[in-house]
Amino acid sequence: MLALASGNAAGSRMRYSLFSLLREALNGQAGWPAAWRDALPRAHYDIVVIGGGGHGLSTAFYLAQEHGITNVAVLEKGWLGSGNIGRNTTIIRSNYGEPGNTPFYEHSMQLWEGLEQALNYNAMVSQRGVLNLYHTDGQRDAYARRGNAMRLHGIDAELLDRARVQELCPFLAFEDARFPVAGGLLQRRGGTARHDAVAWGYARAASTLGVDIIQNCEVTGFDIVQGRVRGVQTTRGPIAAGKVGMAVAGNTSHVAAMADLRLPIESHVLQAFVSEGIKPVIPNVVTFGAGHFYISQSDKGGLVFGGDIDGYNSYAQRGNLPTVEDVCESGMAMMPMLGRLRILRSWGGIMDMSMDGSPIIDRTPLEGLYLNAGWCYGGFKATPASGWCFAHLLATDRSHPVASAYRLDRFATGLVIDEKGAGAQPNLH
Amino acid sequence: MRLTCPFCGPRDLREFTYRGDATLRRPDPDAANAASAFADYVYLRANPRGPHREHWYHAAGCRAWLVVERDTATHAIGRVALARNDQP
Repeated sequence: MLALASGNAAGSRMRYSLFSLLREALNGQAGWPAAWRDALPRAHYDIVVIGGGGHGLSTAFYLAQEHGITNVAVLEKGWLGSGNIGRNTTIIRSNYGEPGNTPFYEHSMQLWEGLEQALNYNAMVSQRGVLNLYHTDGQRDAYARRGNAMRLHGIDAELLDRARVQELCPFLAFEDARFPVAGGLLQRRGGTARHDAVAWGYARAASTLGVDIIQNCEVTGFDIVQGRVRGVQTTRGPIAAGKVGMAVAGNTSHVAAMADLRLPIESHVLQAFVSEGIKPVIPNVVTFGAGHFYISQSDKGGLVFGGDIDGYNSYAQRGNLPTVEDVCESGMAMMPMLGRLRILRSWGGIMDMSMDGSPIIDRTPLEGLYLNAGWCYGGFKATPASGWCFAHLLATDRSHPVASAYRLDRFATGLVIDEKGAGAQPNLH
Repeated sequence: MRLTCPFCGPRDLREFTYRGDATLRRPDPDAANAASAFADYVYLRANPRGPHREHWYHAAGCRAWLVVERDTATHAIGRVALARNDQP
């Protein structure tokens, strides 16, 4: 066992391996140490990251790992991973077509591919493929264009005709009267990951490198001296900081308002669902092309699926029934056998919907305060690259090359990244 | 969630379409700072957690535009009024 010196409670780390599994199997599983230190807040940190979700934790990990900055705290108002990192549909992919997006999400995909080795943690990354269905000639052309854009960036993409989709997913509605499946765009390297394990893995790895993870610590205000952020006020006392990074997803506007910032963001609720567990039936991630619906099967057997946001501003982590009906209708149109299943659970998460549907990783007008927000409902797949690029920005004060388009001022300059072409209306993205 | 339409009474959420923040006011296009004022108007939002004044359209009902006071943390509906009476 590798014991690390720590100024803050007992911090020890066991390297997870086949050997440690075998030893603990013989040892009555009594020797596993806590995965991360439950740290007490110190008076000062070089960098404070607000938000102990996937993006905040990955930011802290890469600050320590890539930039050698370990005097870092992650402040979480609830318990670790209680926000969107534990509320998503676990899909990872890099099938984007806009120039500002494609390299960023591919960087994320590559980090996913090496994540478990980098963290020494089983995040159950499963590259089972992401299949986007098309139903019309026009949609096929648009998917071909997107697939070509991906391949020009060195990303895998395959345009499948109807017969090849039928081989892959014979249960889809190929004979549907309104939206027959005509083919699909497949990214084989896409897939799913175990969402909670991503948070736990980053937390453990960051904590081992010396990062303080402070739970039940809500930020209540900023200490601003002569136009510069010098620290934060929290429910566990004031904490001084050289720099402060915000990675608080749906609560972005709420926290930014404490620094008198108005942002191009609306918070909306997105619901997700899981069915009872059944034997393996869906081999990959499938998305509907004639509505908003995406589905995969978890390793426990439940079908995990979701659709559109409810479409009105909300900070309540629950949605309303019209959206439930809409999602289920889309699912039934795509794979009618879904109607034989019962929904076991549904839940809601709060999305930081930016006005063009793309994220923001940038400085703010307030010196010392940095922003990571606007992930809409695509934040999970971005977790590794978001942390990588936010850490780069916090450490060097320069945007990372693959995130250089995610500027806060793009809404004023007109350089918006509107992947969906829907305009400045979050409930249409 | 149900909204109480001044004409139609309490009606189900699915009859309505959401537009968003009702406190925004279209800037003067002839003003010297019109470009930045319009960027703020189109893109920036207060996005409060709590009471929110917002526009809803009763599309599957009387087709009136409404100003609804709703709590974004609880979804509790407060006062509902016709948008036409809400002009500055």
